[in-house]
Amino acid sequence: MRRTVLKSLAAVMAGALFSLPVHAQQPVDVEFYYPVAVGGPITKIIDNMVADFHKENPDINVKPVYAGTYQDSIAKVLTSMKGGQPPQLAVLLSTDMFTLIDEDAVVPIDGLANDAAGKAWLGGFYDAFMQNSRSGGHVWGVPFQRSTIVMYYNKNLFKAAGLDPEHPPATWQELVDASVKLTKKDASGNVTQWGLEIPSGGAFAYWLFQALTTPNNAILMNEAGNQVMLDKPAVVEAAQFWRDLSVKHGAMPSGTIDWGTTPKDFLEKKAAIVWTTTGNLTNIRANADFPFGVAMMPKKVRGGSPTGGGNFYIFKSGTPAQQKAALKFAQWATSPERAADWSIATGYVAVTPAAWETPKMKKYAQEVPAAAVARDQLAVSVAEFSTHENQRVTKVLNDALQAILTGAKPAQQAMTDAQHESDRILRPYR
Amino acid sequence: MARNMKMSDKDAGAAMPRAPASPASAARAMKAVYGWLLLLPALLLLAAFTHYPAIATLWHSFFSTPKGRRPAVFVGLDNYQTMRDDPVFWRALWNNLWFALGTIPTSVALALVMALWVNRNLPGRGFLRLSYFTPTVLPMVAVANIWLFFYTPQYGLIAQVLGIFGLPGVNWLGSRETALPALMLVSVWKEAGFFMIFYLAALQGVSPSLREAAMLEGASRWQYFRRVLWPLLMPTTLFVLINALINAFRLIDHVVVMTRGGPDNASTLLLFYIFQVGFSFWDTAYAATLTVVLLAVLGLAALLKFRWLDKRTHYQ
Amino acid sequence: MKRASAHRSEQASAGPEHQGPAESRAMARTGMAQARTGAMLDTIGAWLLGILWILPLLYAVWAAIHPPAYATRFDLFAPLTLENFARAWDAAPFPRYFLNTFFLVTMVLAAQLVLSTMAGYAFARYEFRGRDFVFMLVLLQLMVMPDVLIVENYRTMSWLGVRDTVFAIGLPYFASAFGIFLLRQTFKTIPRELEEAARVEGANGWQILMKVYVPLARPTYIAYGLVSVSYHWNNFLWPLIITNSVNTRPLTVGLQVFSSSDQGIDWSVITAATLLSAAPLLIAFLLFQRQFVQSFLRAGIR
Repeated sequence: MRRTVLKSLAAVMAGALFSLPVHAQQPVDVEFYYPVAVGGPITKIIDNMVADFHKENPDINVKPVYAGTYQDSIAKVLTSMKGGQPPQLAVLLSTDMFTLIDEDAVVPIDGLANDAAGKAWLGGFYDAFMQNSRSGGHVWGVPFQRSTIVMYYNKNLFKAAGLDPEHPPATWQELVDASVKLTKKDASGNVTQWGLEIPSGGAFAYWLFQALTTPNNAILMNEAGNQVMLDKPAVVEAAQFWRDLSVKHGAMPSGTIDWGTTPKDFLEKKAAIVWTTTGNLTNIRANADFPFGVAMMPKKVRGGSPTGGGNFYIFKSGTPAQQKAALKFAQWATSPERAADWSIATGYVAVTPAAWETPKMKKYAQEVPAAAVARDQLAVSVAEFSTHENQRVTKVLNDALQAILTGAKPAQQAMTDAQHESDRILRPYR
Repeated sequence: MARNMKMSDKDAGAAMPRAPASPASAARAMKAVYGWLLLLPALLLLAAFTHYPAIATLWHSFFSTPKGRRPAVFVGLDNYQTMRDDPVFWRALWNNLWFALGTIPTSVALALVMALWVNRNLPGRGFLRLSYFTPTVLPMVAVANIWLFFYTPQYGLIAQVLGIFGLPGVNWLGSRETALPALMLVSVWKEAGFFMIFYLAALQGVSPSLREAAMLEGASRWQYFRRVLWPLLMPTTLFVLINALINAFRLIDHVVVMTRGGPDNASTLLLFYIFQVGFSFWDTAYAATLTVVLLAVLGLAALLKFRWLDKRTHYQ
Repeated sequence: MKRASAHRSEQASAGPEHQGPAESRAMARTGMAQARTGAMLDTIGAWLLGILWILPLLYAVWAAIHPPAYATRFDLFAPLTLENFARAWDAAPFPRYFLNTFFLVTMVLAAQLVLSTMAGYAFARYEFRGRDFVFMLVLLQLMVMPDVLIVENYRTMSWLGVRDTVFAIGLPYFASAFGIFLLRQTFKTIPRELEEAARVEGANGWQILMKVYVPLARPTYIAYGLVSVSYHWNNFLWPLIITNSVNTRPLTVGLQVFSSSDQGIDWSVITAATLLSAAPLLIAFLLFQRQFVQSFLRAGIR
C-alpha cells in the first residue's frame, strides 16, 4: 500500500530538479549499509551525518546499518538481497562493482543522475577514483571513502641510520638501500628493527602487490573485468622483488605479514618503513610518539599506486523514490564541505578537487601536509584489481602471492598457476 | 550409553497389537499414539534442520549454482570432478585431518590430567579449577583476538618471552609450517577445561575404597590409573572423544579471526572453506558438494563410534 | 623405583602372613615419601598449567585497564584507565547485543527443555513401532550439527521468511539430540514403582511426567542448561550468517564486527569489549562453580 502511494508520488515528482526539496506526504526510508574500515568513532560520525542530512531533508529517513569490514559488508548485502530484504544504499568496495552487476543488484548511477546537475556532479570526481566505477558505458558507483597506499617512515630512525629524514626513498633501488640500512640486529643476530614492512596477510596482498606492479608499468586486469594479466614478465619481476626484500636483502620479515598489526609495528618502532593505506593517517598521527613522514610509492619505471576504499552503490530493489532519496544522500555526502569533513575525520582522501579547495581542507592540508600526499599520488594512480567473480579471482591472486612470500613456489610458477586458474574462472564471462 | 540402548532393544520386542480387539491392545495403541505425539515437535525440527538439509545438500551438489538470471541445471558429477581437481579442497581436508589428530588426543589427555589434579586436594584447588575452565566461558572470537597478540611477531607475548631467552622470534601465523599448529594450540586451550568437567564428575563417582584397596596392595599410582581408573573412565573418555571430534570439524571461529585460512591456505579448514565458497563466492552448488564430504567424514566417525568403540567399552 | 614397588607389591599380594611388621612399616614410609614428592610435583605441574591457562584472560585484563600505548608493553607502573571500556561501550551497541544474546539463550533453552523432556519421556516410557529406528535418527544430530549445514539451513530460513531474527538463530537448535539423549537416560533410571504409585492415585500420563519425572531429573536439567547456555552464548558462525542488523546480532557477532577494523588492531578496546561480553558468564561461573560440577556428577553424564 505504502509502495503504491510512493510510486504515484514519484510519478508526480518526475521532472523535478534534484536541488528542490522533494515534497512527499510520507518520509522515504533508505536503509544504508556501511563498513567501518578505519578506527575512530565512525559510527558516531555517520550517525551525525545522517542526522544533519535529515535536518536538511526531513522527508528522507536514512537508516544507517553498521556492517563490519568491507568483506563483511558485501557478504551482508548479498545475503540480505538473496533473502529479499536488501538495503537501498550501501558503501562497498569499489572492486565489488562486477559482483554487484552480476547479481543484478545495483542500478547505474548515470541513469539516475541524468540531468545537467547530475552530470556535473559525476564529472567532479578524481578520474583515478572513477576508474573502478565504469563498466559497459555506465557508472555504477560514486567514490565516498577512497584511499591510496602510501609509505609511512620513521624520521628518527632515518636519522639514526644516517639517512636524510626529508628525503624518503624515491626509487626501488633507494628503497632497498634504505631498508637494509634501517634493519637492526641485536647481539645474537635476531632482528630488533625491520627496515620495511609490506603487509601480505589476510585479504589485501593483491592491493599491496599493485603498489609494486604499477611502478613497474604493469596493469593486472582489463576494464571489462574478464581478463587478467598475471604472468607477464613485469608482473613476475615485481613479485620477485617483493620476495627478494626479505630473502635476498633481509630487510623485511619472511612469511606473510599481517595487515592489522603493521600500523602497530610502525608505532612500536619495530619497522622503520611501512606501506599501508592513507586511511591509517589519523591513527598514526594520534599515536606516534616520534616524527614521521608520508611519501608516495617508490618508482621503478614510473610512479603509482592502486586506489582503494569504498563507493556508494544504489540498489535496484529500492522504489524510484527510494533510489532518488539514496542518490540525494550520496550527492549530499560527497558535496565539497561534507567530503572535506569526512576526509578530515577519517583520514581518507577527499574525493573531489572541489573538496580540497574548501577553506577547512586547505587549512588541514597546511597543518598535515601528509594528507596531501595521497591526493598528489592520484595523478599516477590506477584502478584497484577488480574482475567478475571478484572474491574468487582475488583469492587466487592472494594465494599465489602468499605462496611466493612463504617460499612455497617460485614467482614465475606461482603467477603462471594463478593465471591459469583465473582464466578458468573468468572464461564464462568472455 | 550403549548399555541403555541395548536395553531398549529388548523393550522394543514388546508385541504390537494385531487388531484392536481387546481393551488392552486398544490402550497400547493409544499409548503408541501418545508416544508419537510427544515425539513429534522435536522430530519435526530435527528433520527440518538436520535430516532434510543433509539430503538437500546431497541433492544440490548435483546441480550448478543459479546465478542472477541463470537457473540451476543438472550437472551430474561435475561438481565432484571440480572438487577432485581443486587443490584448495584437498589442502582443507588434509589440514582438518591433521587438526583433528593434533587437537583430539591432546585436549582429552590434558582434560584427564587436569581432572586428576583438581580431584586431589592440592593447594589452590579452587583457583586451578577456575583457571582451567575459564577458556570455556569466553567466546572463541574474543580469545582469538587475544591469541593474535600472543602470536604477533616481535612484540607479541611469545616473542617477548623468547626475547628474554635470546631466542629468535617466529612468524607464527605467517609461516605455513606454524600457522595450523598455532591454531591447534588455541583450540586445545579452549576445549580442555570443558572436557575436564566431565572427567571430574566421573572421578568423583569413583568410590574412594577402590583407591584405598589399591594402595594397600602397594600398587603405584600409575598402576592404579592404568588398571583401575582408565577402564572406569572409558565411557567418559568416549563421550569426550566424540565431542572433541565434532568440535574439530565444527569450530572455525579462530580461523575466521586469526588467519582467514592463510598463508596460502596453510591453515584453512573444511568448514571455513565451505563458508568462503558459500558466503563469499556465493557458489552454493560447490559449497554443497564440499558439505557432502564433511557429512561423510562425520558419518564415518558416527559409524565408528556406534559400531566399534561402543562394543569395546567397559561399563559398570 | 617402579620395578621395586612392583616387586614389593608382589610380595604383599603373596599374602600378609609373609610380611613382617618392620617390612610393612618401611613400605608404608616409602609409600608416604613417594606420595609427598608426587604431591609436590603435582602441585607444581598443576600450578604451572593453571597460570599458563589463565594467561590470556590476565592479558585481556591488562590491556583493557591500561591506555593503548601500554597494550603491548608490560610496564608495572603504567597508568590505569577505564577509558577503554567507555570507548568500547560507545563504539558498538553492546546493550542491544546483550539483550539479543540473553533473549536468544533463554528462548533456546526453554524450547530445548520442553522438547527434550517430551521426546525423552516418549523414548523412555512409551512403546511404539519404529522407536529405536527413530532414536537412531535422533542420535545422528549428535554428530551432524546444524552448524555444518549452514548453506542449506540458510536457504530454509529464507524460505520461511525469518531471516535476520533472533528466532532464526535459535530455531535449528530447539530440538537437541543431546538433551533428548540425556533425559531419556535419566528417565529410564527412575523406578517404575513411583510411576505406578502415581497412577494408583489417578494421575494421567501428563501429570506423571510433570509431578514424578521432571522433579527427579533436576540435576540433569541443570547440567544440560549450563552446557546449552554456554554453547549458545558463544556461538558464532551460524549467527554471523543469519543476522544482518544490530537488532538481532548476538554478542559474538557484534564483537567480531566491532574488532575487525581494516585499519589495524587496537587491543585495548578489543579486550575491553571482550571482558564486557564475557563478564556475565564469567561471573556466573565464579559464583556457581561448585553447583556446576555437582550437577554434572549427579546427572551422570559420563
